[in-house]
Amino acid sequence: MYKIVRRRELNPTVTQLEIEAPLVAKKAQPGQFIILRVDEDGERIPLTVAGTNPEEGTVKIIFQIVGGTTNLLNHKMEGDSLHDFVGPLGVATHIEGLKKVCIVGGGVGCAIAMPIAQALHAQGCHVTSIIGFRSQDLLILEDEFKACSDTLHVMTDDGSYGRHGNVTVPLKEMLEAGETFDEVITIGPLIMMKFVVLTCKPFNVPCTVSMNPIMIDGTGMCGGCRLTLNQDGKKVTKFACVDGPDFNGYEVDFDEAMSRGRMYADFERHAYEETCNLFNK
Amino acid sequence: MAIDPKKHEMPTQAPEVRAHNFKEVALGYSAETAVAEAARCLNCKNQPCVQGCPVNVHIPEFIAKIKTGDFEGAYQEISLSSSLPAVCGRVCPQESQCESKCTLGIKFEPVGIGRLERFVADYHNENCKEAPVAPAPNGHRVAIVGSGPSGLTCAGDLAKKGYKVSVFEALHTAGGVLVYGIPEFRLPKAIVAKEVEGLKALGVDVEPNVVIGKTLTIDELFEEGYEAVFVGSGAGLPNFMNIPGEAYKGVYSANEFLTRSNLMKAYQDSPITPIMKGGKVAVVGGGNVAMDAARTALRLGAEHVYIVYRRSMEELPARKEEVEHAIEEGIDFQLLNNPVEILGYNNPENPRDPMNGFVTGMKCIKMELGEPDAKGRRRPMPIEGSEFVLDVDTVVMAIGTSPNPLIKATTKGLEVNNHGGIIVNENGLTSRENVYAGGDAVTGAATVISAMGAGKVAAKAIDEALSAK
Ligand SMILES: Cc1cc2nc3c(=O)[nH]c(=O)nc-3n(C[C@H](O)[C@H](O)[C@H](O)COP(=O)(O)OP(=O)(O)OC[C@H]3O[C@@H](n4cnc5c(N)ncnc54)[C@H](O)[C@@H]3O)c2cc1C
Ligand SMILES: Cc1cc2nc3c(=O)[nH]c(=O)nc-3n(C[C@H](O)[C@H](O)[C@H](O)COP(=O)(O)OP(=O)(O)OC[C@H]3O[C@@H](n4cnc5c(N)ncnc54)[C@H](O)[C@@H]3O)c2cc1C
Ligand code: SF4
Ligand code: SF4
Ligand code: FES
Repeated sequence: MYKIVRRRELNPTVTQLEIEAPLVAKKAQPGQFIILRVDEDGERIPLTVAGTNPEEGTVKIIFQIVGGTTNLLNHKMEGDSLHDFVGPLGVATHIEGLKKVCIVGGGVGCAIAMPIAQALHAQGCHVTSIIGFRSQDLLILEDEFKACSDTLHVMTDDGSYGRHGNVTVPLKEMLEAGETFDEVITIGPLIMMKFVVLTCKPFNVPCTVSMNPIMIDGTGMCGGCRLTLNQDGKKVTKFACVDGPDFNGYEVDFDEAMSRGRMYADFERHAYEETCNLFNK
Repeated sequence: MAIDPKKHEMPTQAPEVRAHNFKEVALGYSAETAVAEAARCLNCKNQPCVQGCPVNVHIPEFIAKIKTGDFEGAYQEISLSSSLPAVCGRVCPQESQCESKCTLGIKFEPVGIGRLERFVADYHNENCKEAPVAPAPNGHRVAIVGSGPSGLTCAGDLAKKGYKVSVFEALHTAGGVLVYGIPEFRLPKAIVAKEVEGLKALGVDVEPNVVIGKTLTIDELFEEGYEAVFVGSGAGLPNFMNIPGEAYKGVYSANEFLTRSNLMKAYQDSPITPIMKGGKVAVVGGGNVAMDAARTALRLGAEHVYIVYRRSMEELPARKEEVEHAIEEGIDFQLLNNPVEILGYNNPENPRDPMNGFVTGMKCIKMELGEPDAKGRRRPMPIEGSEFVLDVDTVVMAIGTSPNPLIKATTKGLEVNNHGGIIVNENGLTSRENVYAGGDAVTGAATVISAMGAGKVAAKAIDEALSAK
């Protein structure tokens, strides 16, 4: 069992937990993730490691309540325990040698991007961050990003906070103004990452995306997390849990990934309503 | 007394009943039937059956004990060579192993060795309540990677000798393929759980949720004081055919389909982990994995289930009994067929149509068997212009696996062959000092009994190496 040491609500739909998992805390690198089960017989869901405290033996996760299992997780309080917590999984984000990077995060994707921005900052890299949200009440981690970015752009879709517009607006302006980056690293909804890649393309900036397909084991056993890359005109199948979650954005077949991500949409809506009913009783 | 030419039948649930539940299909022998079946054994001097068993179970001896009604004695006799008789009695491909060599088989049906083994093991599990006692510790520590049959066997053999053993398992439940792959209706999970409990009673630590190579590396295990490591990490990543349409929604690997159903319990009425239920299902492949996926799909409520296999009935690599059971249950065998494309729904007028991207069919081409290849297997060749479309909504690919590179990539000096299998010598020792390996991680997908055998061999070698220290 893995104990919840601290719990903090970042906004009405996003919660941060710190969990006792000393082995994971010792090992996890930015970009890696864990898989947890809330209860016995629960679903296995992947969440990114948002930070670690190796001395204390704790791992930070930040999650958005989108369905049944994240809803269940959100009802666990400090002192409660999670049944399973395994990691760190996946390949850490490649940051060695990067001197000037633009991080583009969208929504809860900002939680996944944050430890990467922090690690880049810590190695002396020049970090420009663009974080975007639908509206002000969904804003998270602004202070954390301020602390690790040389420049920070906060965007909201409805203009209720920061600048009005989506994350590609400042990115495009910078690139058009002749700004250069060793790499653009983007994490967020698939559709957002797809447009970030399209924005980067005319400028030939390397662009890394963090993919989050539906997973089960996370160890390369089931093949459920597969996605298709176009490498030199050839289609190549990769498994996000062992080969990723980071991929070269120019190679990823986003349309396919978006379609596959909706495979269980009906089922999920149902499961969500059921857990909501459970907690409303 | 004349010998009964036929094996005693093992009672099963009726096909039309069992096709809709996940309870065990075969019900096992009664004591009377077991004794009667044992009476068919000729107790041959040269014991050909023993040669057919990969771990050389003392077959005539245990059968002789059944004849006299000494079922517990029979169990002890099997235990000398096998640690998972309740499992192997159920899942060994006896027709190509022990029973294939049985003298009786020359003229009649062979002795039902597997069924007898199962009976004896079930008898023991039901009647013997004595918990194993942990022996006095000998002060040595061994780490096992993976809790499949190879890892569990290696752990058990060492624990019985007083070693302090820790089993590290990546998933949340121990048992490997026995829990996530082979379905309940063929191997009840309670049997596997009992084996694991037995190990714990011997003092073995079973640590779930630890991925070796990620959470801890093999080198770190040595730093922590383990003196030897056994790697039994299994067969690895599922293969796909690399045909168009494999990314459509409704295309699964057999590992994913079976894991969702078995390990994640998606077979329950209101499961927490989703799976596609119902509709028409095509399973591609002809091994045990394909049979299990097809019969699971049927039990999940499919209207119609096809097995699509590119060779003919004779070449089907699955256990004979599973093929027979599948036919009885109404699985539709589309033999000498090979998929060439998976078709999906696409509504160009409405990109938000929720049916977009779901499977609507699988295009296959008919095959014929050509000249035998080097291994004597006749090569299937496509018949030009014979394409047709099977109307299905779910496709399950059961066409094998490729080794998971995780452990090799994180363990310096661990050599693998060009298929990615870990290279070992006859004692299971790898190219790294004190690192042993066995089971599917070495051989590629094989059998429970051979994985178990490899665990035993390595345990013996580890004991010899460490006790000489
Ligand atoms: C490597 C990886 C890292 C991730 N890191 C984080 C993280 O740090 N914080 C976070 O909030 N979420 C993260 N996710 C997504 C998270 O796993 C899903 O939100 C979660 O599984 C949803 O479970 P549920 O039962 O609550 O919702 P479900 O009922 O399963 O789904 C509800 C909605 O979420 C969508 N969804 C389902 N699974 C995923 C998925 N894997 N990725 C994206 N959307 C999904 C569904 O299409 C549906 O619209 C990550 C996913 C992956 C693969
Ligand atoms: C669906 C199906 C049906 C089958 N039917 C039969 C049958 O009827 N008869 C028969 O004889 N054989 C059958 N087999 C084959 C048989 O199950 C395997 O050959 C056998 O289980 C191999 O045992 P193993 O110990 O090598 O590995 P596995 O049983 O594969 O176990 C390996 C374990 O190691 C874990 N692991 C992997 N990597 C790591 C890591 N890095 N760190 C920690 N843990 C790790 C895995 O999660 C897994 O639990 C079947 C296989 C399948 C998939
Ligand atoms: S272990 Fe398998 S092969 Fe050996 S005797 Fe038993 S059933 Fe036959
Ligand atoms: S070969 Fe057959 S008949 Fe002879 S001892 Fe073995 S099981 Fe009995
Ligand atoms: S989640 Fe199963 S292979 Fe990646």
